[in-house]
Amino acid sequence: MRTETEAFPHSTLPVPRAAVPLWRRRSLRRRLPLVGTNLVILIGAFVVSIPLLWMLSTSVKDPGDVFLQPPQWIPSVFRWANYAEAVNAIPFWTYTTNSIIITALGVIGEVVSCSLVAYAFARLRSRDKDVLFLILLSTMMLPGEVKLVPTYLMFRWFGWLNTFLPLVVPHFFGGAFYIFLLRQFFLTLPLEMDEAAKVDGAGYLRIFWNIILPLAKPALATVAIFSFYSIWNDFLSPLIYLSKEDNYTLPLGLQAFIGAYGVIHWTWLMAASVLALIPCVVIFFTFQRWFIEGAVLSGLKG
Amino acid sequence: MVQSLASWFGGRGKLEAREEIAFHLFAAPWLIGFLVFTAYPTLASFFLSFTHYEVITPAQWIGLDNYLFVLHDPLFWQSLQVTALYAVGSVSLGVTFAFLLALLMNQPVPGISVYRTLYYLPSTISGVPVALLWMWVFDPAFGVLNNVLKFFGIQGPQWLFSTTWVLPAFIIMSLWGVGGAMVIYLAGLQGIPRHLYEAAELDGATAVTRFRHVTIPMVSPVIFFNLILSIIGSFQTFTAAYVMTSGGPANASLFYALYLYQNAFQFFKMGYASALAWVLLVIILALSMVVIQSSPYWVYYEGKLKG
Repeated sequence: MRTETEAFPHSTLPVPRAAVPLWRRRSLRRRLPLVGTNLVILIGAFVVSIPLLWMLSTSVKDPGDVFLQPPQWIPSVFRWANYAEAVNAIPFWTYTTNSIIITALGVIGEVVSCSLVAYAFARLRSRDKDVLFLILLSTMMLPGEVKLVPTYLMFRWFGWLNTFLPLVVPHFFGGAFYIFLLRQFFLTLPLEMDEAAKVDGAGYLRIFWNIILPLAKPALATVAIFSFYSIWNDFLSPLIYLSKEDNYTLPLGLQAFIGAYGVIHWTWLMAASVLALIPCVVIFFTFQRWFIEGAVLSGLKG
Repeated sequence: MVQSLASWFGGRGKLEAREEIAFHLFAAPWLIGFLVFTAYPTLASFFLSFTHYEVITPAQWIGLDNYLFVLHDPLFWQSLQVTALYAVGSVSLGVTFAFLLALLMNQPVPGISVYRTLYYLPSTISGVPVALLWMWVFDPAFGVLNNVLKFFGIQGPQWLFSTTWVLPAFIIMSLWGVGGAMVIYLAGLQGIPRHLYEAAELDGATAVTRFRHVTIPMVSPVIFFNLILSIIGSFQTFTAAYVMTSGGPANASLFYALYLYQNAFQFFKMGYASALAWVLLVIILALSMVVIQSSPYWVYYEGKLKG
């Protein structure tokens, strides 16, 4: 079994080695509960996987087989054509391109702006810092609904409706949660290096760029991954700001797909959903380590 | 202010003043963002909540009318009830399941990292595809859930088409995503120093006592923080409700955020929607205060003796 220091290699949290649960130490009561635990975990894992398996299974079924009773888990024929048909039934690639543009710009905006702001809060001294940090924290508690209507009216007044601007520009002004996350990480970096660079005459921007950022790659990756997910999956903002089909993002396009054919076309719908989920799943498996670390970092430090 | 100006020009404070300026420059994106995208919309929405505003005509000051109307709006009460029931169900079950799962995932079972991934994965995907997936899972005739129930000889309900079962369906769906909280609790469990267990064992504490007096107190701060986030989150359920039921049947899944959206962007009652938003803010603050006030009774912070 891997120790926790390996599982969370960049973790800033005081996570000691995985404790062997003590109630399991006594040899007498050792075997029986372990078999039971194993079984519970196994059954649970199966139950948890059912929805995704069901989606995959439906996405390759013959449309007629969808309504078989009892259902077929493994289709008699794998009908890959569902994917091609789903993609052609809606302007799938237009939606995908829109989603990619918006997400890429948004992620860049978050990473750049949040790291700058986090550097200020972690490293620079200012009389206003404590007050501003308190404000930053309290904005995290503010439900987005409160800002919804005036923000919409403001972008409407800017003439930004039906453009990507309302979906991209706000990300260049730093999300409170990501700033907090990065600040926590920056605080753990040794201050001596800043001081040494300062003695060598480096300015704040140099220190930020040459010392802090290279060391903060894991935390930056976490912010990039988290913001990727939230922007890629966002539904409310595109729903409010985009009303021309050419501008739709993938979630908005998928939603429009439901009623588009009178009856719900489940094989196409599931195939398109699988395609929409692929980037998320790929990123999850590629960056699982940073993912979990970020989730932990955000959840543990209140 | 005078002092800060003095130090800007004073010799000793020169470096200090440079740093002061640098701080504000580095923080500028958020400072501007806070003013434009948070402070202004928040204040504006407070102002709008006292007006009648339907976009095409100028906003008209109507005092407390929106708030009075909220009190007499049956759909407001309906949406509040729906959201509260959902919050109670999904948060209480969610915290319980996540904690139990974290305990399981902390066991030395072969292949545990594969299991952790399997349980965690669903919480990382969300939005419209997931809502569509669950619509299909809950399909009364051909969905997987009722087919499994039928296998056990149970006639499954109409789920999303039933006023009784639509909320349980949403709660079940929310439980699919407990993996996120599970991972956080797991880290909390693994952060418990072993010597605490060893000391307890030396004192002759049984497994149950150790769990009750070591494990639970040590992870309680994590649960506490997560509880607040879950409550806030459940009050903001929107996408699933919009996509899967549009609030139906018969408003049985009219979530608060959905009702607010309808008022703002379907009925264009911007003033009323703003009042609803402020009522939501007050509710969330009140709930958070209740949790925070109750925390001394059940949250243990290290280095602080519980009275």
